Amino acid sequence: MTELALLVGQGFNGISVASILLLAALGLALSFGLMGVINMAHGEFLMMGGYLTYVTLQFLPHGVGYPIGMVVAFAGTALFGAALEVTLIRRLYGRPLDTLLATWGVSLILQQAARSIFGPIGNEVTAPAWLAGSLTVSSGPLAGFGLPLARLFIIALSAAVLALIAILIVRTRMGMLVQAVHQDRAMAEALGINTRNVDLAVFAIGSGVAGLAGSALALIAPVTPTVGQSYIVYAFLVVIVGGLGSILGTLFAALLIGLFSAGWQIFTSVSTSDVLLLVFVIAFIQFRPRGIVSARSRSLEEG
Amino acid sequence: MKKELKSAVTAIGVLALVGALGAIRATAHADDSTVKVGVLHSLTGTMAISEVTVKNATMLAIDEINAAGGVNGKQISPVVEDGASEPAMFAQKAQKLIQEDKVVTVFGGWTSASRKAMLPVFERFHGLLWYPVQFEGNECSPDIMYSGAQPNQQILPALDWAKQKGYKKYFLLGSDYVFPRTANLILKKHIIHDGLTVVDEEYVPLGGTDFSAIVNKIQAAKPDVIFNTLNGDSNVSFFKQMAAAGLPSSKLPVMSFSIAEPEAKAMGPSLVQGSYAAWNYFQSLDDPASKKFVAAYKAKFGADSVVDDPMAHGYLDVYVWAAAAEKTKSFNIDKVRRAAVSLEWKDIVMGKTKFAANQSLYQTAYVGQLDPEGQFNILWHSDKPIFPEPYDSLAFPGKKCVIH
Repeated sequence: MTELALLVGQGFNGISVASILLLAALGLALSFGLMGVINMAHGEFLMMGGYLTYVTLQFLPHGVGYPIGMVVAFAGTALFGAALEVTLIRRLYGRPLDTLLATWGVSLILQQAARSIFGPIGNEVTAPAWLAGSLTVSSGPLAGFGLPLARLFIIALSAAVLALIAILIVRTRMGMLVQAVHQDRAMAEALGINTRNVDLAVFAIGSGVAGLAGSALALIAPVTPTVGQSYIVYAFLVVIVGGLGSILGTLFAALLIGLFSAGWQIFTSVSTSDVLLLVFVIAFIQFRPRGIVSARSRSLEEG
Repeated sequence: MKKELKSAVTAIGVLALVGALGAIRATAHADDSTVKVGVLHSLTGTMAISEVTVKNATMLAIDEINAAGGVNGKQISPVVEDGASEPAMFAQKAQKLIQEDKVVTVFGGWTSASRKAMLPVFERFHGLLWYPVQFEGNECSPDIMYSGAQPNQQILPALDWAKQKGYKKYFLLGSDYVFPRTANLILKKHIIHDGLTVVDEEYVPLGGTDFSAIVNKIQAAKPDVIFNTLNGDSNVSFFKQMAAAGLPSSKLPVMSFSIAEPEAKAMGPSLVQGSYAAWNYFQSLDDPASKKFVAAYKAKFGADSVVDDPMAHGYLDVYVWAAAAEKTKSFNIDKVRRAAVSLEWKDIVMGKTKFAANQSLYQTAYVGQLDPEGQFNILWHSDKPIFPEPYDSLAFPGKKCVIH
């Protein structure tokens, strides 16, 4: 394989990593941006999505089982997120540090619960036959270069989720309410919007998307009790670089971080590229403290 | 007056109670029919999955020796402690075993980090640790018996095997911590020394799950074989992403140093089927002592349980300690470790073994290939038990381990 194929391959990998980061960060961007809630248990929602898919596949045959597993993962984590919002997060409203600590506690409880139920070694979700294998270029300068189907699927999935969320926010009545609460919570309340219900809906959808991300991740990695921990830091980086609460910013940040890592990994090791990434992010927020797309929101200034 | 009387009575009562407790303690100490040993493994946390099974194998050996009459006429009484996957906890529990429980020796440890944390404790309070896991070498302490393989007993024999297979281009891949770094340092020196090439050397943070760049680099570098020192779950991601990129182990051979029978079983044997591993013990070993060990383990811990190399070493350590104590007719640490290195060759579980004067174990190296059931077909073994070399002559020239 040529140098060109290595470069093209890393370009593809960057986009692939970006799509995973986008799925992992979208829910976080929604709840962080709208409610100012720093949800430390977000990574465990990913983990929960993976396990829900795994459990579904224990009962259903492969092939049809996996798409159903994704639906179960979305619905299950969305329900759990809603329950968590009602029982815990709502009660700590306006106390960001307390929320941070409480959700961290939830994160530890969920990790240990997964360890107790499923054991500390990862459970495997086997990709269905139509997602196994890869598209390989057989001739030309890119001969031998392969695009794994599972990664193509994840890219398509995150594009679809992003499009759906954009339509939901821009085109629907619920999206209008979300925007209103985002821009000025007090004013929205004064106009009779039940902001509590908007918070609940956004948090549930954000959790569901995390569950979906976990389900997609299971195609390329094992489902373990600590899988969320590997992604939570990157998800936060994406949200911060993207600009709090901006969906468009989240997309740009995911692409930036994915391609940045993949690019450096050509020349250095994975560990070194992680170090460079963190240095880059720290430098970046020195110059643009509000991220790529700085949202105009009063709730954030007050928060 | 009355009040004083009352407090006096109370005081006497308390004293009596303390005295009684003291007497109970004293009888416990005066019990001459048992000898206490420590068993120190992670029973909780991330390492528990591997270490609990080594603890089980150690306890099996203790039970068997007790059933056969014990050591020097005494029953072995194990004090089991949990290192909780934390090196600092290992150090603390090691000190507790030596100072409070006054055990005569300790069996335990898995990660190099836990061993490095316990080492100063054993040296300061003069204890004796039996360490059962293959490791990176480059260490030599009179207070540790290293039964796990040194690099020249696992990694370098695997290289010998690969050379015989005609592999010329090597890709080194590992998790980013001390064992893979040191193992690859040694491997690299030997590969270059032998006139072969290392096409690339890559590390992934512990627990890393994204191998897209690594798979890409492997495709670009076109190695003949991958030497894999990844740890734990990272292996699942790695093999999955290799297969998805059209490079299953049947197409590009992978030689792993951290995948044994339990890991293969947990990962799903179909994922790693056809890949290679190098160890000093496989469950499939055709050896009467091994068959006896496997049968006894299954009888005690369930018919579907599997055994692996570190478990066999944990089992062996107890037998060697018992034999050494019998030989010197004492539990004195210095006498026991001197006796342990002067025992005869014996097949305890993994073919003929014997501790060398540097307190590491002479042992045979095996290369196996994973079958669909998660067991290894043994393809190759060294022609004799290999002398353990803590300091590789190319990577650490001039360093020697002299204890006895």
